Amino acid sequence: MNKPQHDDYWLARPSTIKLLWRVFAVVLVLLVLAQVLIYVKGYFGVDGWFGFGAAYGFLSCLVMVLFAKALGYVLKRSEDYYDDGADDV
Amino acid sequence: MFELIPPAVFMIVAALLIGPARGHLRTAIVLAAPLITLWFVWQVPDGVAYTVPFLDYQIQPLEGSALRRLFATIFALMAFVGGLYAFRQAKWYELAAAYAYAAGAIGVSFAGDLITLFLFWELMALFSTVVVWCGGTKEARQAGVRYAIMHLLGGVILKVGIEGVVVHTGSIDIQPMLATNFDTWMMLTGILINAAAPPVSAWLADSYPSSSATGSVFLSAFTTKTAVLALILLFPGEPVLIGIGLFMVMYGIIYALLENDIRRILAYSIVNQVGFMVCAIGIGTEMALNGAAAHAFAHIIYKALLFMSAGVVVYRTGLNRCTDVGGLFRTMPLTAVCGIIGALAISGFPLTSGFTTKTMISQAAANESLVFVYMMLAAASAGVFLHAGIKFPWFVFFQRDSGLRPKDAPWNMGVAMVIFSVLCILLGVAPGLLYQFLPYPVEYEAYTPGKVLFYLQLLMFSGLAFFLLLPLMKRTETISLDSDWLWRVLLFRFGSWIYGLLAATGRSVAAAASAVLSAASGVATRYLGTPAGDDRPGVFARTWPIGVTALWIAVLLTTYVFIYYF
Repeated sequence: MNKPQHDDYWLARPSTIKLLWRVFAVVLVLLVLAQVLIYVKGYFGVDGWFGFGAAYGFLSCLVMVLFAKALGYVLKRSEDYYDDGADDV
Repeated sequence: MFELIPPAVFMIVAALLIGPARGHLRTAIVLAAPLITLWFVWQVPDGVAYTVPFLDYQIQPLEGSALRRLFATIFALMAFVGGLYAFRQAKWYELAAAYAYAAGAIGVSFAGDLITLFLFWELMALFSTVVVWCGGTKEARQAGVRYAIMHLLGGVILKVGIEGVVVHTGSIDIQPMLATNFDTWMMLTGILINAAAPPVSAWLADSYPSSSATGSVFLSAFTTKTAVLALILLFPGEPVLIGIGLFMVMYGIIYALLENDIRRILAYSIVNQVGFMVCAIGIGTEMALNGAAAHAFAHIIYKALLFMSAGVVVYRTGLNRCTDVGGLFRTMPLTAVCGIIGALAISGFPLTSGFTTKTMISQAAANESLVFVYMMLAAASAGVFLHAGIKFPWFVFFQRDSGLRPKDAPWNMGVAMVIFSVLCILLGVAPGLLYQFLPYPVEYEAYTPGKVLFYLQLLMFSGLAFFLLLPLMKRTETISLDSDWLWRVLLFRFGSWIYGLLAATGRSVAAAASAVLSAASGVATRYLGTPAGDDRPGVFARTWPIGVTALWIAVLLTTYVFIYYF
């Protein structure tokens, strides 16, 4: 990361970022609670459970990120991997 | 009949005129030709417009239907907005190639028979390669060669399949079929190569990001989506496609998560989005096919929008990698906002075109009680938000202050982005605009409160996961090995090994040959002497005493008598 520069752009201020996190948290809670009022039709039973979308969205992303991370250890190469003469046209 | 000029032919003529024209005339051609083509597209009636005899076949170069017009419409629209985006920045030959490429896509859309389809298919392969080469760098040149090899190979496989079908069924018609025998498998394979299906998906992420800032906008639109159209026309309901589609969906997400190159992230997410469509075609119900067509339409718009946004960043900064940029929202607000709209649309956020089209595919899976497919698609929807919806705008426009203060988009690029941004939202707010043009009647309500809530939960918590897991997703200056490693490295090594083997064999053969030659020459010298005739002539060249000669004649005659007697 770069050293923190003097940056008074409103969107980059720590106070704004803190505020955004709070708004985000409130939105997340409201989205789950809204299921009390709004009926979510489940096609297979489980997907109609309370907060299923939230849990499923979060967990599947967690799995994908971890899987990608693990795969990265096997697949990642330096950017000049293909440049070492093995691939000249 | 003036109305029945094939739109593709008109577009090709326009592409040819871009080169000779200069100045304002060229601009006029670039901007007007796609719009006139669009008008021609809408003059194409349902059914076969006319036939042309070719060899023993009746070619049908122009066949209309709701589905075909839908795809041709978005291709023409894409050419227009892409032309607007590119005409002041791109070289004229890139524009000409891109227009010929678009003409190929429009030609495939209206191809009434397999022969026409193949011709326009190859036209696309040819000119898209030129567009890749217009990147101008060494990487672009090399990637273009690999791209061309892959697509020519795909074309040959498709052609083998077409020949087989024509010979065995006697029909060149484009009609629904299933992959049941060698011919149809070859056709399916040929089409799937263009759809960037496994195991050759790597060609897409290899070539598109190497093209120019404007070229990748065109490339993102045509090849994979004509493949989707061909699959809808030829292989609706082919069960293999469900599995292939799901694989593509997950492959795109995982590789995009690993990627550092801005446009390569978007390239992987093309594979991801085409996976949704391929999966829908595999499901094959009317709703699924509607979903695939609608999603292709919406996808071209928001994906081009994303590539435009990324293209402006590349054009203004000359930088391609997430690790080099960041914090660009300060001086590029328009590019950032348009990029975010495209990112929301690709994620299928409610009120964007992605929501009204992608949920149709999920609904089709639910209606067929395909639990696994439905759940995978839902997980993938969350994953799209993760890898494209947030990752792209976050790392490019926010993340950290890179200190870069580039100017915002040039006016023509800005206008192009605004047009597509408006379309993304328009199709999300008023999906009926698109639904009425779908191939089958639409009995689908996109906005039910329950569905909106479900997807909002899914997406917002995916967003939470992104920011909580951000430390795990720190960009590294790396590339990720893909299946192209198989031919870029393994095949190359195998080739080198074969070459070494042949060279060694050649050397030993040469050594043996020269040994034989020198032995023979020794024998010859012994009996015949050297040509120059030195002191000691060869055996046959010497002078022999008369007695020896008489003895040999006696032996010869005796032998003769013996042979005669017995």
